[in-house]
Amino acid sequence: MSALRILVPVKRVIDYAVKPRVNKAQTGVETAGVKHSMNPFDELSVEESVRIREKKSAPGGVEDICVISAGPPKAADVLRTAMAMGADRAVHVDVKEGEDLEPLTVAKLLRAAVEREKSNLVILGKQSIDDDAAQTGQMLAGLLGWPQATQASQVRFEDGNRVLVTKEVDGGVETVAAKLPMVITTDLRLNEPRYASLPNIMKAKKKPLVKLSLSDLGVANERRLKVVKVTEPTPRQGGGKVEDVDGLISKLKELGAL
Amino acid sequence: MSCSSRLTPVLRRTIAPCLLRSANASNCVPCAARRISSTATRRLRTSPRRCAKFTTDTYPEIKRDPRFAQITKEHVAFFRELLGKDSALVDGVTADVSLEDMEPYNGDWMRKYRGHCKLVLKPGSTEEVSKILKYCNDNMLAVVPQGGNTGLVGGSIPVFDEIVVNTSRMNKIRFFDEVSGVLVADAGVILEVADQFLAEKGYIFPLDLGAKGSCHIGGNVATNAGGLRLLRYGSLHGTVLGIEAVLPDGTIVDDLGRLRKNNTGYDLKQLFIGGEGTIGMITAVSIHCPQRPKAVNVAYLGAESYEQLQQAFREAKNHLSEILSAFEMMDSYSQDLVYKVRQNKRLLEGEYPFYCLIETSGSNPTHDSEKLEAFLDQLMTEGIVSDGVVAQDETQIKSMWAQREGVPECLGHWGGVYKYDVSIPLSDLYRLVDETRERIEKAGLKGDTDEFPVVEVAGYGHMGDSNLHLNVAVRRYDKRVEEVLEPFVYEWISKVNGSISAEHGLGIAKKNYIGFSRSETMINLMKQIKALYDPNGIMNPYKYL
Repeated sequence: MSALRILVPVKRVIDYAVKPRVNKAQTGVETAGVKHSMNPFDELSVEESVRIREKKSAPGGVEDICVISAGPPKAADVLRTAMAMGADRAVHVDVKEGEDLEPLTVAKLLRAAVEREKSNLVILGKQSIDDDAAQTGQMLAGLLGWPQATQASQVRFEDGNRVLVTKEVDGGVETVAAKLPMVITTDLRLNEPRYASLPNIMKAKKKPLVKLSLSDLGVANERRLKVVKVTEPTPRQGGGKVEDVDGLISKLKELGAL
Repeated sequence: MSCSSRLTPVLRRTIAPCLLRSANASNCVPCAARRISSTATRRLRTSPRRCAKFTTDTYPEIKRDPRFAQITKEHVAFFRELLGKDSALVDGVTADVSLEDMEPYNGDWMRKYRGHCKLVLKPGSTEEVSKILKYCNDNMLAVVPQGGNTGLVGGSIPVFDEIVVNTSRMNKIRFFDEVSGVLVADAGVILEVADQFLAEKGYIFPLDLGAKGSCHIGGNVATNAGGLRLLRYGSLHGTVLGIEAVLPDGTIVDDLGRLRKNNTGYDLKQLFIGGEGTIGMITAVSIHCPQRPKAVNVAYLGAESYEQLQQAFREAKNHLSEILSAFEMMDSYSQDLVYKVRQNKRLLEGEYPFYCLIETSGSNPTHDSEKLEAFLDQLMTEGIVSDGVVAQDETQIKSMWAQREGVPECLGHWGGVYKYDVSIPLSDLYRLVDETRERIEKAGLKGDTDEFPVVEVAGYGHMGDSNLHLNVAVRRYDKRVEEVLEPFVYEWISKVNGSISAEHGLGIAKKNYIGFSRSETMINLMKQIKALYDPNGIMNPYKYL
């Protein structure tokens, strides 16, 4: 079996635990001064790649784990985090703040990166928690003409470049098999990502990080969709508290339930 | 309303089989009784609630003060009339109240203290508190002011049949100034509710502690709680700007100032901060709240020795200075127990004798992480810490804090905890834990099986404030353990000029040991103050001094 060259795309998004707020112009959510971190699904892909290496689960071994992110200069932070978790090197594709890429553009960009890095396995999150598009992995597989296994909850390797992927479906699990090269998208139960340890954070600082532009990869940021308006969900009608049984009964009467 | 009078008796009847048994009953209501009385959802509760021993059994030397009157029907009628509605009082004097309804006011969460209280009053305003206290004072009825009941020394638990005056209905935020950050709120506001209110305005409550979801800010101030961020925001003696309290004679002490500076006469509000409800009951608090930090970083480190931990603390002050907001230490015993109870993944790969949690809070994430990185870099290159992890997102920050905040709860997993909350000069701080463990082991009290009362002796605490929590996790409270621990611990602390109560207060647990930390002159001065404001001694009796 050929040695694995894994490409792991990661995205810097508003932290999962932060409540996003719509900006005043209603064109998007407020990002300035808001805590950002790695898309949780991407953490799973980084963790899985590192585990494949550590557990030696691929018969051919892992030759290279390269993480890639397209975004503003701050995106380098999540690349360093990924390298602290165990990735070997990083590629940062510079995109100006506010110039978001659509999934198809990201997929095209990743196709170019796959060719550039000679990757034979792409592990990526099934979706990013900011736009929830959940399209990139599938489009990438289409562009490359590779098999895809989506929403992986378990990844196993067999001889002869065969990969078994278990995915959780309604009411059970489904296991699919494909041959490398292939695309896998990750789901929440795949693993539990590790913490970035101090020694590894320091090592990560010395790992190579290459900067590229969109044009280096032969891609332009074409947008097919226009955001018309972003609004908050309608606030929930809050419940009321009553002091005692009498209060409850009069409230129910008032509402015509009694 | 016609139907309400028909409905209330029905409700009473369903509760009736679950009568509060005679006061000297030592165990809980039998399961059968609970099953009859309970609704479907309650029946789902599987683990039988373990009840604490009555405080009067644990401390047989405490006798009910004969000056205090017994609560009569007339008294209850007065309070019912005053409060105006049934939901504002839990009446076990003239009516039958189920144990489950009364127990939350009669016991603490550690199951260490339990009173014989038969009447709980929940006033809705300061005026009502004033009328209640005046009536109690005139009729010699003893009173225990109570908030969220999360105290650790039994300060909010009645001993005999004192009337509990609970602040839970006084829960309004009265005022907030978005420019100065001054918050005025009722005593019964839950700490987390106040903090969430402030979060929306960009401010933070200057106090944070593990019990934030249930403790009341009035109770926090009455115990002068210290908590996790004292290092950064200072003690409540500094942040509380004013207090509204009620004296036993009904006088409303309206000192709800909103000024940071006010040098006009004696600062009497300080007597109520940490006064544990012995001279009056706090009904509202005015407090200065700092700006909420925009950037928070957390690191969790492992060290080989206590000396290294001290070095790390020095370096932390050196490198992080103004952004350092917490430096918490935990020994391996406390951390191992948390992993054992919660069965979660270890934060660090290796195991170390000591761990610390460092938090920075600032306004500029780039600046803060630069500082933190330089600090951690030095710790690693100089070998001061052996390993560590840095939180990369909010979720990781929360799970690291859970590893520290979860210690008290997890130590209680086996049945009980002997808690000592002490201030000791940093250089001696951890030696107390080692020596205590040695004594317990030598006495043959510690082991893995059920015949040994002690599970483990653990130490953790706010290293930044020289505040150690010495905890002895036990399977049951046992006189033999107590004899090994006391007065040994107090004498030890007295020898190194420490304090026997850093932030938990005196309550009933440390009443007899105050002499280890305060001179006789000081204690006499305190007694004079008590006698001045509470001449009848009705406020929180049997405790404090």
